[in-house]
Amino acid sequence: MAEPLLRIENLVRRFGGIVATDNLSLDIARGELHAIIGPNGAGKTTLISQLIGQLRPSAGTIRFAGEDITHLPAWKRSQRGLARSFQITSLLPDFTAADNVAIAAQARDGHSFRFFANARKETALRDAAHAALKRVGLGERADTLVSKLSHGEQRELELAVALATKPQLLLLDEPMAGLGSTESARMVKLLADLRQEVTIVLVEHDMNAVFALADRITVLVYGRVIASDVPAAIRLNEEVRRAYLGDQHVVTRHG
Amino acid sequence: MLLVVEQFLNGLQFGLLLFLLAAGLTLVFGIMDLVNLAHGSLYMMGAYFAATFVAWSGNFIVGIVLALGATLLLGIVLEVVALRHLYGRDHLDHVLATFGLILFFNDLVRLIWGPAGLALPLPAWLTVPVQIVPGVFYPAYRLAIIAVALAVALMLYLVVMRTRIGMLIRAGASNREMIGALGINIKLLYTLVFGLGAALAGLAGLMQAPILTVQIGMGENILILAFVIIVIGGIGSIRGAFVAAILVGMIDTLGRAFLPDLLRRVLSSAAASTAAPALSSMLIYLLMAIVLVARPEGLFPANRR
Amino acid sequence: MTSSLNARNVVAAAVVAGLLLLPLFSYLTSNVFVLTLFTRIVIFALAAVSLNLIMGYGGMMSFGHAAYLGIGGYAVGILAAEGIGSGFVQWPVALLVSALFALVIGALSLRTRGVYFIMITLAFAQMAYYVASGLSRYGGDDGLTIYKRSTFGGLINLSNRVQFYYLCLACLLGGIYLVWRIVNSRFGLVVQGLRSNELRMQAIGFPATRYRLVCFVIAGTMCGLAGALLANNTDFISPAVMYWTRSGDLMVMVILGGMGSLFGPVVGAIVYLVLEEFLSQVTEYWAMIMGPLLLLIVLFGRGGILGLLGRFSRG
Repeated sequence: MAEPLLRIENLVRRFGGIVATDNLSLDIARGELHAIIGPNGAGKTTLISQLIGQLRPSAGTIRFAGEDITHLPAWKRSQRGLARSFQITSLLPDFTAADNVAIAAQARDGHSFRFFANARKETALRDAAHAALKRVGLGERADTLVSKLSHGEQRELELAVALATKPQLLLLDEPMAGLGSTESARMVKLLADLRQEVTIVLVEHDMNAVFALADRITVLVYGRVIASDVPAAIRLNEEVRRAYLGDQHVVTRHG
Repeated sequence: MLLVVEQFLNGLQFGLLLFLLAAGLTLVFGIMDLVNLAHGSLYMMGAYFAATFVAWSGNFIVGIVLALGATLLLGIVLEVVALRHLYGRDHLDHVLATFGLILFFNDLVRLIWGPAGLALPLPAWLTVPVQIVPGVFYPAYRLAIIAVALAVALMLYLVVMRTRIGMLIRAGASNREMIGALGINIKLLYTLVFGLGAALAGLAGLMQAPILTVQIGMGENILILAFVIIVIGGIGSIRGAFVAAILVGMIDTLGRAFLPDLLRRVLSSAAASTAAPALSSMLIYLLMAIVLVARPEGLFPANRR
Repeated sequence: MTSSLNARNVVAAAVVAGLLLLPLFSYLTSNVFVLTLFTRIVIFALAAVSLNLIMGYGGMMSFGHAAYLGIGGYAVGILAAEGIGSGFVQWPVALLVSALFALVIGALSLRTRGVYFIMITLAFAQMAYYVASGLSRYGGDDGLTIYKRSTFGGLINLSNRVQFYYLCLACLLGGIYLVWRIVNSRFGLVVQGLRSNELRMQAIGFPATRYRLVCFVIAGTMCGLAGALLANNTDFISPAVMYWTRSGDLMVMVILGGMGSLFGPVVGAIVYLVLEEFLSQVTEYWAMIMGPLLLLIVLFGRGGILGLLGRFSRG
């Protein structure tokens, strides 16, 4: 197999006596859409936090495109092509949707120590921003303040912002959280579109979306990987059914 | 050698006094998340009350006790009337509002007591030098300060660690919403905590009064030190305030006492006498800068939620 | 965009017009005092504008900004005392020294956040205060008299009240223009973004401290210029300029006028200093009115004066 884009080796994270990440190893191949699922408390968010650099692992290594990024600060990982969306929407509330995406495009461009020219009038950045917004379906809402966007629109904006940094790997932390059925369907279609351009790691509870999109699924329980395989195999896996999916029915989305 | 012992005790005394001031500040900050710049004004009022009541009653102890009561009352009134409306707001709002209170109190004092400072003379039994070690004498009053401050520190420790009220205080410091949900009267708790802080500040002020003059603006100078201490010690941590206060008291006193001589050995006499006072004053800020650079949360950060 | 924005623009235009015409007013009413008062106001407005850059736009609550007034002022004072009276030397030195101090202080302070940042900037300002008090050669606690104002080789005479006023005003307007360009530039958007959501900005690849530091240095330098102007205005410089309560005054001006707006600090400086002047003529105990007034403003006047005129919008 070709060199994985993301290689997690024996990752451990302790919080006092609790082991949130328990000797976790995982490979993410380039170009795949890899879903990570698990019951609440399985350590999904802790894992994501360590991947993007918000949390330091107690032990283990993380390699991205061959480079050891275990101790790299979050902003440097972003510059290397690792983008993320937040589980709880985290945008710049005083700015418009276009501003949010344009700043991300600006980050990608480098050269942010410019003091005189009006950045909002830079056509290259603005065009890139509008393109990204159109892509996620927010073309009409470009000049709306983030605080005035609906929850679903904000989730889509999160995606646009992540995309604007032209990442190699997109870490999505529950992008469907709080979305209604139409919005979810739209998000699924969007992700299906995006997978052709960028490797995606998707943490989700919405099983319909997960089974519709994922090339491979990894199941996390108590900070450990109990199964990592194609969706069909996961569906049939006894341990997974017991731990998470439940014998009688498949858990659908929350809320 | 005698000088070192004396300065050491002075440093301890100053440190303990600072602890009393800082403890109140860190309690209020840790539990109500309130940045109270007017804490120094309460310190000043304690001193002014003491000077007034001692002169009026003719008795040192009676005057002191009355002053303490008056400061406690003032603190409670202040909390109920003005400060409780600031809870939950931006720290910047606290800074601005309590800055306004400083201006107010300074002028209030000027209005009532005039622009010149007051003096608080000590009764005869407190001016006697006490022989603590053969050959070494130390003023009784400063020993009294050390004793009282240590007693208060112990009491504070016992109350916070061993009583139900103390448990509520500690719980409040780590999770404000939860103790509200437990049905405890939060408003009363906060008022009591603030009153306690005010009493501590007043105590520090009145104890310091006989040593320094009682004057307008005495609060601002020492408030800075109190903030430095709680930043070094860790906001919300009384233990941290204690350690940091002793540290700061020692460094400041010993620095002022011995730095000029030390400098004179290295630099010329003229250079030393210009550099020494500035450098001694700066030592504490230097310490704080170093601590913040090495451990931005302070030495003993209290567990926040 | 909306009528509220126009209200703020009207106020800004009125303020600029008023300041430009002030010497005329002073001449016509033979009131010299109002000219000297407003010279002082304009200088503090410049200091407030510089503080607003880091506080209002950058979200950095610095409680030690008055230190740069002192640093700039002492640069002028010390050079004057040593016989170097040319403004062409004094003022660039004032700017350079201010920038250097801001660099060092910023590099250390920006490792902290929130109230810790407030305290450490406060501490550094106090350090500056004590250093200045210890400069016995230059007056120490008593301060340093400046016998001759900065000379500019005949280009402008700072001893002429009107000329000096217009120089200060030019500096203020220049400062505002600079801030306007900066906050809308690529750099400025990053700094504002960091104020808005630092976590998000880091997630898209911006190292926070670097940008904040540059912003901090720019603000410190601008305030150093105000310090040089102040020293010339009072023909005197003392450590008291840097005492932490003066930093508090500056913060009040910025908050009063409305943070994060271009002309807010100017309005704040005008209102604060005029109020101080007016109240002190009414009563000797003006602080007893000013104090509770500040308290009330905090409790009820969100967003300062300009905030009352409309929602916060980008400068």
